[in-house]
Amino acid sequence: MSGIMVLAEHRHGDLRDVSHEVLSAARNLAEKTGEQVEAVLLGQGCDEMAQRLAAQAHRVIHAEHPAFRDFNYETWQQALVRLVKGREPSIVMIPHTAFGTDLGPSLAVELGVGIVSDAIGFEPGPDGLKVTRGVYGGKLNAERFISTTPALVMVRQSHFKPDQPGLEGEVVNWDPGDVGSGLRTRFISLEEVPSTGIDITKADVVVGIGRGVKEEKNIGPIREFAEHIGAVLAGSRPVIDAGWLEKERQVGSSGKTVKPRVYIALGISGAFQHVAGMTGSDTIIAVNKDPHAPIFAVAHYGIVDDLHKVVPALREKLA
Amino acid sequence: MKIAVCLRRVPDTAEADVKVDGTGKGIVEDRLAFTINEADNYALEEALLLKEQRDAEVSLVSVGPKEADEVLRMGLAKGAAGAVRIDDKELQGSDGLALAEVLAAYFRKNPVDLVFTGCIAQDVEDSQVGPALAQLLGWPHTSYVVKLDCGDERMTVRRELEGGFLEVKDIARPAVVSIQTGGNTPRYASILGIKRARTKPLEALEPGAIDLDTSKAGEAGSRTRLERLYVPEVVSAAEMIEGDVSEKAGRLADILKEKGVS
Ligand SMILES: Cc1cc2nc3c(=O)[nH]c(=O)nc-3n(C[C@H](O)[C@H](O)[C@H](O)COP(=O)(O)OP(=O)(O)OC[C@H]3O[C@@H](n4cnc5c(N)ncnc54)[C@H](O)[C@@H]3O)c2cc1C
Repeated sequence: MSGIMVLAEHRHGDLRDVSHEVLSAARNLAEKTGEQVEAVLLGQGCDEMAQRLAAQAHRVIHAEHPAFRDFNYETWQQALVRLVKGREPSIVMIPHTAFGTDLGPSLAVELGVGIVSDAIGFEPGPDGLKVTRGVYGGKLNAERFISTTPALVMVRQSHFKPDQPGLEGEVVNWDPGDVGSGLRTRFISLEEVPSTGIDITKADVVVGIGRGVKEEKNIGPIREFAEHIGAVLAGSRPVIDAGWLEKERQVGSSGKTVKPRVYIALGISGAFQHVAGMTGSDTIIAVNKDPHAPIFAVAHYGIVDDLHKVVPALREKLA
Repeated sequence: MKIAVCLRRVPDTAEADVKVDGTGKGIVEDRLAFTINEADNYALEEALLLKEQRDAEVSLVSVGPKEADEVLRMGLAKGAAGAVRIDDKELQGSDGLALAEVLAAYFRKNPVDLVFTGCIAQDVEDSQVGPALAQLLGWPHTSYVVKLDCGDERMTVRRELEGGFLEVKDIARPAVVSIQTGGNTPRYASILGIKRARTKPLEALEPGAIDLDTSKAGEAGSRTRLERLYVPEVVSAAEMIEGDVSEKAGRLADILKEKGVS
């Protein structure tokens, strides 16, 4: 039993970045364990993607099948159960995304193996794999030990650098057998959330507000401040969920990625799903009353204080 | 139609100082406030909306300590008909899949047509229980759902994908649907609702009462084990601006002006 198997994720005929990220996490781990990395690609019309994966894997298991035209965890699961049982990898890595988390837990149940979500670090040991992951909104890390073989891990998106090509793996065409029958769920379509014309991704300065603003009526002075300094107003997910700002203003993994010159985070804790959308900003300023807020780990400048006091004072200084 | 909603009691740690306890595997709880897991609150709302549209009964299930009764009462006050708490004293150390085993044992004894869960627990952040529960029951599942349209036998859901896309899917019942935040507006309990909740059934069950195979739950029955919790090392620390509010604002104004922002 050996080898690290990585499930590639693709959408709209193209590999998603996370596939390359997980492959490079697998490569790093494989160097420690002396194993090989095997990428798994299930799809239809994916020859070109298989070639690209081969630069990052010792082997690409490529299955073409009409049932793989659109993602459905049931078809993927049917194929992966067969593949994992046949090839007996020591570790299976899946992206921790809407695609991967829809598949991973039920796959683990069917294979009878242990699974850890949202992995950010790996330490192989003689009797299993130790996995590091964040908990409590990033305030703590947890180390979890997986005692089964294979160990199944879902790997955090936008965490590992997608580099490390340089391999020339062989592409193996694999016949997945009977897949796509007996399905109880059916893919209908992908919809793009309709745009209302707001675009926060082009802004030079962004003021991001989080749940720390507490109430919708507190947004007024912040909006005025943002306008005064020529910034665009954006928010964390809870602010959008509450309907205080439009969906197009959401920053993060399920929102937009912004890379402004200056990003000012007000009352945002710094959960990785938010950070994924703003960590590329040139200068990050965070105001948060909690000195332990994870946002201070990505900020360049930090103020521990009540944002409702800091914003008016700052507005005055910039009058 | 019988609908069940799985609710989890979680500490509200967004503004709190989260400290690892003496065992190295838990957190110091005495100064934390506890609440209903955020995504579960949206799941509950989805169930209540469905109840208002169709002839349906909503019940609640939580695996947790006595204190989880508070969360269940809140759910009853919002409109659920009854609640069950499976006591977790003997289930400590259960990982996501083991928790799914506990819930599966319960639903095998108490069948329903549709189970809602939140798509993630805000403390352990696993996103495992819903899909794993479905697999154990032999049902289909769907996760990150922000919109659900319920037909007589099947449902159409919209799942949120990264990058501003929704996946539209069709799914048969019985099923487990994991709800993402933001798709609805969770209601508050009314005074009348709170009053009524006092007389609604809230039952506590020991794992034995649901015929749980205990070799599949708890730390010993879990295929993953928590080794330790720790405060992550901060790699690039921010320059912290000190002083009173006016001094902090002054320094920040200077920084902004330096960057050409004012
Ligand atoms: C699949 C998935 C996708 C997600 N996608 C996104 C996404 O795209 N974007 C996103 O943002 N989140 C996303 N999330 C949610 C994410 O996990 C966090 O829950 C969210 O980012 C938290 O938002 P917040 O920081 O505003 O709120 P909280 O975490 O509640 O933090 C509020 C902060 O405000 C501070 N505060 C309170 N009062 C004050 C005050 N008066 N002055 C100063 N500070 C104050 C507190 O100390 C705290 O740090 C996603 C989650 C999931 C499961």
